[in-house]
Amino acid sequence: MGLLSSTHSITRYHIDGKIDTSVNEEIRAALIKYSIPVIENKYDEISAGWTPVESPYNPDFENFSFKFGTYFVFSMRIDKKTIPVKLVQKYMALEIEKKKKKSGRSFISKNEKSEIKDFVIDLLMHKIPAVPNIYEILWDYEKKNIYLYTTQKAANEFFETLFLKSFKLKPVRLFPYTLIETKSSFSNPVKDKIMALTPLKYLR
Amino acid sequence: MLDIATAYNKYKFLGNDYLTWIWFLIENSRNISSIIHSKDIITLEIGNSIVLENHLGDKSKEIITIKGDQAGLEEGTTALKKGAFVTKINLICKINEDKYKFTINGESFNITGLKTPKSDLSKNEDEIEGFILENAFFGFKIYEVIDSLFLKYIEQRTSDDWNSKGLQDIKNWIRSF
Repeated sequence: MGLLSSTHSITRYHIDGKIDTSVNEEIRAALIKYSIPVIENKYDEISAGWTPVESPYNPDFENFSFKFGTYFVFSMRIDKKTIPVKLVQKYMALEIEKKKKKSGRSFISKNEKSEIKDFVIDLLMHKIPAVPNIYEILWDYEKKNIYLYTTQKAANEFFETLFLKSFKLKPVRLFPYTLIETKSSFSNPVKDKIMALTPLKYLR
Repeated sequence: MLDIATAYNKYKFLGNDYLTWIWFLIENSRNISSIIHSKDIITLEIGNSIVLENHLGDKSKEIITIKGDQAGLEEGTTALKKGAFVTKINLICKINEDKYKFTINGESFNITGLKTPKSDLSKNEDEIEGFILENAFFGFKIYEVIDSLFLKYIEQRTSDDWNSKGLQDIKNWIRSF
């Protein structure tokens, strides 16, 4: 459902503020600094970073463009490890049997079970590969607009955090209230009137 | 500016009321191009889904979902009569010769399932820039219509004759079912 797909889902943001120095260079530097690591850290359950739109699995901003026309276009990739419950159950059963044999007991305590569970999750977390999800971003710098091509809550939250950390600019989600505040030319008295509005009742 | 989360919850009704107004505009064949002073020929139609919400007295709410290409809107109009409002709507928007289909959420203004006019360009390396720019342009066009229409709605709603004209027209439409 991204920018490169045949159907799109879009969340919009207003960007408050500007980059002081050379815009292109600052953006390139931030994209490189906060790009997704090429080699995944096997201890991370989740990692997120920028990558070029044309090269989602190789975050090479030296060789792939992040500027198309007058817009900055790049992707956010979120790599997440998800351990299937059934896999945890299987490994737990195996570890419990091992423990019973080793201790010579026919049962194990609740605490021991909990320790085994932590051990199994840790073990699987290191073994299992992370699944990548890619979301395109289009930044219309002049109009202070960003189009994030997803409406998934978790992706939105990752984007807001990563964007602020990377560019030191706060993305403000555009919904009815923020649209009026940031994109309209209403005078202050009209804005005061809007803020005093209440939901319509059509029955009375 | 208010805190974002507070503002979102406090004023989400503006987006829902706006979608209800869009339904009113469509059913009453109002000229969208002239409302937003656009040189383009813009038409809107209800697509294949509409979601309404009705707050009941006991803090509970009723959600009415109408879905399907052949679905009638009678349940929706009955819900409106009972005091419901639109929270999500699938729209078909024609801008000159181009056809767009999408679902818009009232409280967030998020767009999902946006189908744009077919592009002749591909994602190949030599056409990717044109492909991206064209897709971006399609998205901009839709938001241009949504935003302009929303700001016109707000302008009307804060005008002195809103209660006697704008709101009264919607009430008359709802009573006519």
